[in-house]
Amino acid sequence: MELTGAEILVRFLKDEGVEYVFGYPGGAVLHIYDALYQQEDVRHILVRHEQGATHAADGYARATGKPGVVLVTSGPGATNAVTGIATAYMDSIPMVVITGQVPTAVIGSDAFQEVDAVGITRPCVKHNFLVKDVKDLAVTLKKAFYIATTGRPGPVVVDVPKNVTDPNIRIPYQYPREVSMRSYNPTIKGHPGQIRRALNLILGAKRPMIYSGGGVILSGADRELTEFTQKLGFPITNTLMGLGGYPGTDKQFVGMLGMHGTYEANMGMHECDVLIAIGARFDDRVTGDVKHFCPQAKIIHIDIDPSSISKTVRVDVPIVGDIKHVLTDMNRELDNSRKRPDKSALEAWWKQIETWRGKDCLRYDRNSDLIKPQHVIEKLYEVTGGDAYVTSDVGQHQMWAAQFYKFKSPYHWINSGGLGTMGFGLPAAIGAKLAHPDADVACVTGEASIQMCIQELSTAMQYMLPVKIINLNNRYMGMVRQWQEFFYESRYSHSYLEALPDFVKLAESYGHIGLRIDKPGDVEGALREAFASKDRLVFLDFITDQKENVYPMIAAGKAHNEMHLSPERELA
Amino acid sequence: MRHIISLLMENESGALSRVAGLFSARGYNIESLTVAPTEDASLSRMTIVTTGSEEIIEQITKQLNKLVDVVKLADITGGEHIERELMLIKVRADDAAKRSEMKRLTDIFRGRIIDVSETTYIIELTGTCEKLDAFIEATGDENILETVRSGVSGIARGEKSLRLTAD
Repeated sequence: MELTGAEILVRFLKDEGVEYVFGYPGGAVLHIYDALYQQEDVRHILVRHEQGATHAADGYARATGKPGVVLVTSGPGATNAVTGIATAYMDSIPMVVITGQVPTAVIGSDAFQEVDAVGITRPCVKHNFLVKDVKDLAVTLKKAFYIATTGRPGPVVVDVPKNVTDPNIRIPYQYPREVSMRSYNPTIKGHPGQIRRALNLILGAKRPMIYSGGGVILSGADRELTEFTQKLGFPITNTLMGLGGYPGTDKQFVGMLGMHGTYEANMGMHECDVLIAIGARFDDRVTGDVKHFCPQAKIIHIDIDPSSISKTVRVDVPIVGDIKHVLTDMNRELDNSRKRPDKSALEAWWKQIETWRGKDCLRYDRNSDLIKPQHVIEKLYEVTGGDAYVTSDVGQHQMWAAQFYKFKSPYHWINSGGLGTMGFGLPAAIGAKLAHPDADVACVTGEASIQMCIQELSTAMQYMLPVKIINLNNRYMGMVRQWQEFFYESRYSHSYLEALPDFVKLAESYGHIGLRIDKPGDVEGALREAFASKDRLVFLDFITDQKENVYPMIAAGKAHNEMHLSPERELA
Repeated sequence: MRHIISLLMENESGALSRVAGLFSARGYNIESLTVAPTEDASLSRMTIVTTGSEEIIEQITKQLNKLVDVVKLADITGGEHIERELMLIKVRADDAAKRSEMKRLTDIFRGRIIDVSETTYIIELTGTCEKLDAFIEATGDENILETVRSGVSGIARGEKSLRLTAD
């Protein structure tokens, strides 16, 4: 079969099983767009800005575990995509981004819409390629998907000069089923000796804590983790990225940890004697002061990326491998072992944890005349039965969503944890809704974040994607305002948003439904109305208490036992 | 501590900038970096001299290994190894006294004079960094017109080799 480069590219995507490509056309990719036009297997989703394309593909990837695919043009198309690529990179999301490039003959001549896409994206991709010859196109694309989806996943950029997709050059095409690379062989199986050493520590623990992260979700190891945790009867905390990796409704779950983690999770970290870190990377928002991180604990760390191990915190027993494999091996070893966890020590430990849990650290004022943002998330949880795919932007609303929506299963909590990219939520919701058309998809956002990719309301209209936007509108960049209140003596420098749009009219002008809710009593009704509307996007503009802060809070650089609870319930 | 890291990488455009970019992005030191193709034209051999605590060196080797283009890597500082650097140095040799002094110094350091003009010599010298430093010091700033150093190339002694295995 003889095909042009453009046809090869599109045909390859079909053969690779790609359902959706998120993109935006331009000069350097016109041949590819012409090939897309002449087929129906790969569906193209036209966004309104290339950042939206990357976030939508990212949202699709996070909601499915499959790679997200992006197609943008050269120059500004590529640079606009960078924020989304960096977002995916920081959270290890599998993604393949195809960027158009000027023809090879003029590369380096400052041609129209030329940027060094490979150079610009190098620090924020797992790998990238420049395809110089159409004969290399199919194999390079296969390598890109292979690298993006295996090992520790991540985004891969393939830069395709216009002449590589020339409609006048045809070459034979065959789908490369497999590709092997001598320089790239991720470790999958954990070392048996290390696993035994870890199990010895685990079974001897008096005050154990399991700390699991996004790696569990990326590895598809939620079942193995649940089995492991329940077999041992240990408490488990999740990172922001790990929510849904263990059922948030289970009694062994002590909530999220870290800067805005629960009292019981952070105190448990501080007091534990054995810490089992699974697919988590000891991020500074989790550890706080590394010098005082888990001061009494022996640390076991399971991760597929050797460079994550002992990067910021020295660990005692590292296990490099895919979490699903390692936990499967550990569960089997536990079944075969005659040793059991120390029951009486665990009972005492749980008693201590229940005392901490008794502080009810997430409690907030339920009698306020103002809408409390926490109340909105609690109602969202109730109305959707805890089954929605929830995307978020970045800031206070993100933390409240993480604290109050109890995620039961993986792939449902979709947020920019590492890079903290405002503008992520709406396009990510578009990607999630395309992946799960029959499921509820909610974008929890704020009036500042939503404006960073607001243009994607138009994309949602074009493809009739009825996501629900939960705008927690406090007229401030809430998290900035909170830090200014705490650390800058309430000097609210440029964190107040004047001249906000009328979000109801804005939603309507895009062809959607807009609702404004300003009374606590109307919250549940509005949510029910919105989710009952199966075929329309509803923009819910909740006018919330401007002064509400996210608690508990550990100030940057402080230890886990130096938490602030809300002012009325500050620790004695 | 000073470490010499040897690595084999795919001989592809951009591979060098991945390594250089990694060091600058993560704030690691590079004392010197040399790179050239090997007997297998598809592979480049790189020698990086860097300094850092044991933790930093561990991260550097892990991060380098993580680069998709890196095929194999070894920190050769731990075992017995040989390191060499090449220097070309242009010195002032504009009267009889200086010419004989430079000739004598070159002989002592087992270097070679490879270019002679009415007023200058170019001397070729190979050795460890310390030897080249010592030569520069002995020559004296006032006599040096130009120096060019290759950076360190390193190799482990004996049977231990950094190469692709048959499998």
